[in-house]
Amino acid sequence: MATVIAPNSTTAESSNHSSLVGNIRDWLLMPSWLVIGLFLVMPVLMMLVYSFLTKEFRGGVIWEFSLAAYDQFFIDRGLFGDEPIKIEWTYINIFWRSFWQAGLATTFCFLIGFPTAWYIATRTGNSKHIWLFLITIPYWVNLLIRTVSLKFLIRDNGPVNDWLLTLGAISEPLSIINTNLAVQLGLFYSYLPFMVLPIYASVERYNFALSEAAADLYAGRWTILAKIVLPAVKPGIIAGCILVFVPSLGAFLAPDLLGGAKNFMIGSLIEEQFKGNAGNWPFGAAISMILLSMVLVVLTYYARSQTRRENS
Amino acid sequence: MKISSTKTLVAAIALSLAATSASASGKLSIYHWFEYMPQQVLDDFKAKFDIEVTMDTYDSNESLLASLKAGKIGSYDLAFPGDYMVAIMANQGLLDTYQRSELSNFDNIQKQWIDVEFDKGRKSSIPYQWGTTSFSVNRDVYSGSIDSTAIIFDPPKELRGKINVLDSQGEVLTMASLHLGIPQCSTDRKQLKKLNDLLLSAKAQWASFGSDTAKEVLVSGDAAAGMIYNGYSAKAKEEGANVEYAYPKEGYVAWMDNVVLLRDAPNRASAITFMNYMLEPEVMGKITNFSQYSAGIQGVAPFLTEKLRNSPENNPPASAPVGTFVAVCDEQTQLVYDRIWTNLKK
Repeated sequence: MATVIAPNSTTAESSNHSSLVGNIRDWLLMPSWLVIGLFLVMPVLMMLVYSFLTKEFRGGVIWEFSLAAYDQFFIDRGLFGDEPIKIEWTYINIFWRSFWQAGLATTFCFLIGFPTAWYIATRTGNSKHIWLFLITIPYWVNLLIRTVSLKFLIRDNGPVNDWLLTLGAISEPLSIINTNLAVQLGLFYSYLPFMVLPIYASVERYNFALSEAAADLYAGRWTILAKIVLPAVKPGIIAGCILVFVPSLGAFLAPDLLGGAKNFMIGSLIEEQFKGNAGNWPFGAAISMILLSMVLVVLTYYARSQTRRENS
Repeated sequence: MKISSTKTLVAAIALSLAATSASASGKLSIYHWFEYMPQQVLDDFKAKFDIEVTMDTYDSNESLLASLKAGKIGSYDLAFPGDYMVAIMANQGLLDTYQRSELSNFDNIQKQWIDVEFDKGRKSSIPYQWGTTSFSVNRDVYSGSIDSTAIIFDPPKELRGKINVLDSQGEVLTMASLHLGIPQCSTDRKQLKKLNDLLLSAKAQWASFGSDTAKEVLVSGDAAAGMIYNGYSAKAKEEGANVEYAYPKEGYVAWMDNVVLLRDAPNRASAITFMNYMLEPEVMGKITNFSQYSAGIQGVAPFLTEKLRNSPENNPPASAPVGTFVAVCDEQTQLVYDRIWTNLKK
C-alpha cells in the first residue's frame, strides 16, 4: 500500500490541480470500493464457487468440482433417482410462481401508485409535504409487524370481515387468509411507497407547459398521457417497477405469514437448502446464481434498449 | 502499514484464543437454546461450586451444528442438542464421552431414558427435557373422537381446510409414517410412494404450514386443528383457546433435549460437575417449572407446580402408545425423503 501512495502523491504535487482533485476523490472513494468488494463481490463469488462444489451431507461442502446442483435443478430422475431423465419442472414452476407474483404486485403497485404520485406532485405548498409524510409514516414500523397486523385485519373473524358482515355486503366471511390474494395484498402493501416515491420525483420535475402545448395542438387527453407525460416520467416508473419487482421476487414474509407457506417461493426454497433437514448448500447456491443471472439478463436487456433508444 | 496491522490482528487473535482456552478451574462455557435455562439455576450453581458459567444461545439444532462445524468446537464445554442431533453430532465426531463413575447422580436418570436410540447406554449425553409433538383440536369446532392421526391426514368434514401443520420435514413425515404404519427411513418403494401420495392428498385439506405460528393460529381461530408441541398447546389453552391435545393411537412424535459433553471441552471437570448438578431432582424441577415440559430423571415430581404435575398435555393417558423419536436416515434414504418433502411444497 505504502509503495502505491508515494509516486501518486509526488505526481499530484508536481502536476496540475485537476489530477490532485482526482487523486483525492479516488482515495475518498476507497471505503466504498472496499465495502462493495468485501460485502457484495466476495459473497457473490463465494456463492458461484459453492454452487460448483460437492455437497456434504447435513450442511457444508466438499472441495470437489461437481455439477450436481445444476443437474438437480434442471433434470428429473423420479422419486428414487433412477428413472429415465426428464426435464425437472418443480423448480422452474417455483421460479415461475415467484416471477408471476412479483409481476402482479408490480402491476398493482403501478396502477395505484401512479395516480397517487401524480396527485401528490400536483398539490401546492404544504399539502404536498403532508401527503408525502402520510405515505411514509407506516414505514417507520418494521415490515414483520406490519405483515402480522395485516394478517389480523384480514383473517376470517378479523375487523375487515366483521365490518363487511355488519354492512351486509357479504353474508359469510371472505376467506382471504392463506390464499394468493392475501400474498398479493401483503406484497402490494409492503412495497407501494417504493413505487410512489420515484414516480413522484419524476412527475414533480415534469414541465406542465408541455401538456398545455400538446393540448393547444389538439392532442386529446389520452394522447397527451401516452405521448408526452409517460415518456417524460418514464425513468421514475422504471425505477419504481424495479424497486417493487426485485424485493417481491425474494419476499418470504408475505408468502409465509399471509399465504400459509403452502408452496415454496424462491426465497423459502433457498432457505430450506441451508436451514432445512438435508442442508444442501451447493444447491442453495446454484438456485441463487440462477436467480441472479435471470435478473441480470432482464436488467441488461433493459439498459441496452434504453441506450439504443437514446442513440437513435 | 498493512503488514503491521496484520501482525496486530494475528496477535490479538492469538491472545484471545489463549484467553479462552486457558483452562482456569472455576469456569464453564455452555451453548444452549434461548429461554431454556433459568438464571436462578446458574446462580445457585455458582454459589455452590464457585464455578462461573457463561452461556451463549442458539435457536435450532441445525444452527448449533453449523456453528460448531464452522469452528466453535473447542470453545464450549456443553451443548443441549435434541435427540436426532445427538446422533448426528456423535457421527461427526463432535462429542466427548464420560464414564458412569464420573456422575454420582447417574442412577437418577429414568430407566427408559438410558438405552436410547440416539445415544445407546448414554455415553456422551444425559437427559435435559423431553416432550411430545402431536396435534390439538379446537373442541368448539369438532367434538368427535381425536385419538387418531386421521384428524390430520384424512380429516373429518368439520376440520377440512382448517388445519395447520408444522413447517418441519422431520415431524410431518414421521407423523405421516405413523399414520400409514410404515417405518421411518424406509427403503421400500411401495411404502415411500404411499407416503408421497398420502401427503399430497392430505395437503388439499390443510390451510397452512407454520411452526412458530402453531400456537397463534389455534388461539386466533385461523386453524381449528393443528400439529403442535405439548407445552405449546398448553400455552394455547392458557391464552383462551378451547383446544385439546391428542395422544393418537397410531403414535406420536417424542423428542428429548440432552446435555452433551463436547469434544475438546476447555473445562471438562467443571462440565462434569454441571452435568451431575443437572441430575439433581430439585434442580431439574426448577428447570421443568420454567420450561413447562418434562424432566427425564426420577424424583422431580415433588418440586413441580401443582398445575404442571397434573397437566393433560404432560401426562399421556394410560391407553396411549409411547412416543416415537424422529430417526436419522442415511444419505441415500434421506435424499428420497427430501424429494417427498419438496413434492409436498412445490
